[in-house]
Amino acid sequence: MANMSLNKNVMPVQDPNVRNKNFDEVALGYTDEQAIDEAKRCLNCKNMPCVSGCPVQIHIPDFIKKVAKGDFEGAYDVIYKSSSLPAVCGRVCPQEKQCEKDCVRGIKGEPVAIGRLERFVADWHMKNGSDKSNCDIKPNGKKIAVIGSGPSGLTCAGDLAKMGYSVTIYEALHVAGGVLVYGIPEFRLPKEIVKKEIDNLKRLGVQVVTNVVIGKTLTVDELFEMEFDAVFIGSGAGLPRFMNIPGENLNGVYSANEFLTRTNLMKAYKENSQTPIMKAKRVAVVGGGNVAMDAARCAKRLGAEKTYIVYRRSMEEMPARLEEVEHAEEEGIIFLTLNNPTEIIGGEDNFVKGIKCIKMELGEPDASGRRRPVEVKGSEYVLDVDAVVMAIGTSPNPLIRSTTEGLETDRRGCIIVRDESGLTSRQGVYAGGDAVTGAATVILAMGAGKSSAKAIDEYLKNK
Amino acid sequence: MFRVIRKEVLNPTVVLMEVEAPLVAKSAKAGQFIILRATDEGERIPLTIADYDREKGTITIIFQIVGATTNQLNQLAEGDYICDFVGPLGRPSEVEGFKKVAVIGGGVGCAIAYPTAKALKENGVEVHSIVGFRNRDLVILEDEFKAVSDKFIIMTDDGSYGEKGLVTDALRKLVESGEEYDRVIAIGPLVMMKFVAILTKEFDIKTVVSMNPIMIDGTGMCGGCRLTVGGEMKFACVDGPDFDGHLVDFDEVIRRSGMYKEAQRHKYEESCNLLKGGNTNG
Repeated sequence: MANMSLNKNVMPVQDPNVRNKNFDEVALGYTDEQAIDEAKRCLNCKNMPCVSGCPVQIHIPDFIKKVAKGDFEGAYDVIYKSSSLPAVCGRVCPQEKQCEKDCVRGIKGEPVAIGRLERFVADWHMKNGSDKSNCDIKPNGKKIAVIGSGPSGLTCAGDLAKMGYSVTIYEALHVAGGVLVYGIPEFRLPKEIVKKEIDNLKRLGVQVVTNVVIGKTLTVDELFEMEFDAVFIGSGAGLPRFMNIPGENLNGVYSANEFLTRTNLMKAYKENSQTPIMKAKRVAVVGGGNVAMDAARCAKRLGAEKTYIVYRRSMEEMPARLEEVEHAEEEGIIFLTLNNPTEIIGGEDNFVKGIKCIKMELGEPDASGRRRPVEVKGSEYVLDVDAVVMAIGTSPNPLIRSTTEGLETDRRGCIIVRDESGLTSRQGVYAGGDAVTGAATVILAMGAGKSSAKAIDEYLKNK
Repeated sequence: MFRVIRKEVLNPTVVLMEVEAPLVAKSAKAGQFIILRATDEGERIPLTIADYDREKGTITIIFQIVGATTNQLNQLAEGDYICDFVGPLGRPSEVEGFKKVAVIGGGVGCAIAYPTAKALKENGVEVHSIVGFRNRDLVILEDEFKAVSDKFIIMTDDGSYGEKGLVTDALRKLVESGEEYDRVIAIGPLVMMKFVAILTKEFDIKTVVSMNPIMIDGTGMCGGCRLTVGGEMKFACVDGPDFDGHLVDFDEVIRRSGMYKEAQRHKYEESCNLLKGGNTNG
């Protein structure tokens, strides 16, 4: 009997005024009973709009059916066929724009909480499930190099390993995980979970080599000399963007990448961390994406009394995941929408003491389809802050394109791929994720890694 | 893990380490740098490559013990391992196509100036080296510099060794005596590089300086190492570390280098106290 409640089972979370002072995970996860109850809201409809909304096409109604029956491991098996990182996706996917967007239950009431169920299943498996790595993989003797251990690289590596390829991932940093470890904070995605997902890949035979920068330590051509049969580039986004306004090099101005890397990768929030970070009292985070939300919530947890999101459009256009915006609001982040910085102001000591903003209003739609923000003349004012974090995107890293002859990139520096296979202008070289698209989401990168794995397999089979 | 195969104390606060890192050694060039973490809990710090041996597969680093990380690094003995060691990062220095170059090194910056002088010499360039130290006790790499320099001048602040004065005094003298350099390369404290650049601007000699700002990843991700060069924002890790000294906004770089002074002093004192307490595994 279907559960006809109009609302999702509420996700248990840490109290906002407790969690905004710690880095423990915000959402606590469904209990078995809550998961079963939620799973029963799925009508198991024929046309499955949820599946077409999923970039890695998980057979969503199938796994939910198993959850409803209490067969959690069976549910995991269904997800695992399509996704190598379910515990990650259940936490960081923008479900409201993907699987849950066209859910029939969402027409009247809330859609089925597919993301929360995915997370539940992945967590249940981590705690109680059996090792999936011994499901008979037949090594085919072919070697693949994957550059970068972020979401696209891990997915591509996992899929190829399951097909029998010998996969080596090269990671520039000292730990694997890419944005999952340096960018997304502990309270949203515990690093222990990322580590476990990567350990699962290692059990499939994937080798992870840290401290190697492709384009510097080794080049793509050298990888082919080392007898790799194909290369997948999942090197991520790269250089942080700034606004080109006065004062951006003052002390106390961070790129979101730096602020988050210090906090998450280098654990600057812990007392014993060797890596310093400014513990500012009033912080302005510029931008409206997930990265901006992460930075603002980290700043709050590092002790800021006032943390602002300064965003030039309105709440409606904000690209961040809905849940992140809600969580940020609950935690006391102050949203200054329709505001745009024009200058960062420093004191005599050269540290930030304020940010000058101008009010905006929405005009006609622009190329992105969103209404263009226009300055309101004479509305400048100074916001009193002692740190500023710029979370306005990144531009592609030059290290691989500048050292790989024949690898075509577009005007922005993004690697050009032929189609969804991710094939680049170089034979045997595939690419996906932010290195191709510019800054986007974890799940889109995973989708790209997945299609490239399939394309690499077809290419090598026909070679 | 990367094994320390040789450790030498060059002066009371400057240490040389030769480290096994074959992949880094294979492609390293003068002017590039590495990033290391001494221990599993440590901070990532950049250090310029002082020498490399492709056959042995080793990289030599020379560092001054100034903070918690360099202090931890100095606790490692020959045979011990450095936790993480990645490189070579940054663009190599230009060392070809010159007739005569003046290489200016200041203090521990001489550790970086030396491989550049050596690479220039190997490319048939006439090398005049001017190195400066606070006093006699701090002099490093004197014999090494002499071996690759056609002219070698050593300056000390207090006159306890070589000539008394600043490297800029010596450079001015050489230029005024008629030496014609097609490039000056200055590597050392920010203030020294700033004043070398001011001097060479006067004589219109193209000058390259090597920047070593605060950075985390060293691959162009964090943007912590940004500086203003000719009015444009550059990242030292991917656009540098070498830049045109006449275009660098030194005052801004100097201000930015002080961002964590308080925190760093605190950490350093903490690490020293730990050592005093007998805990040497940090």
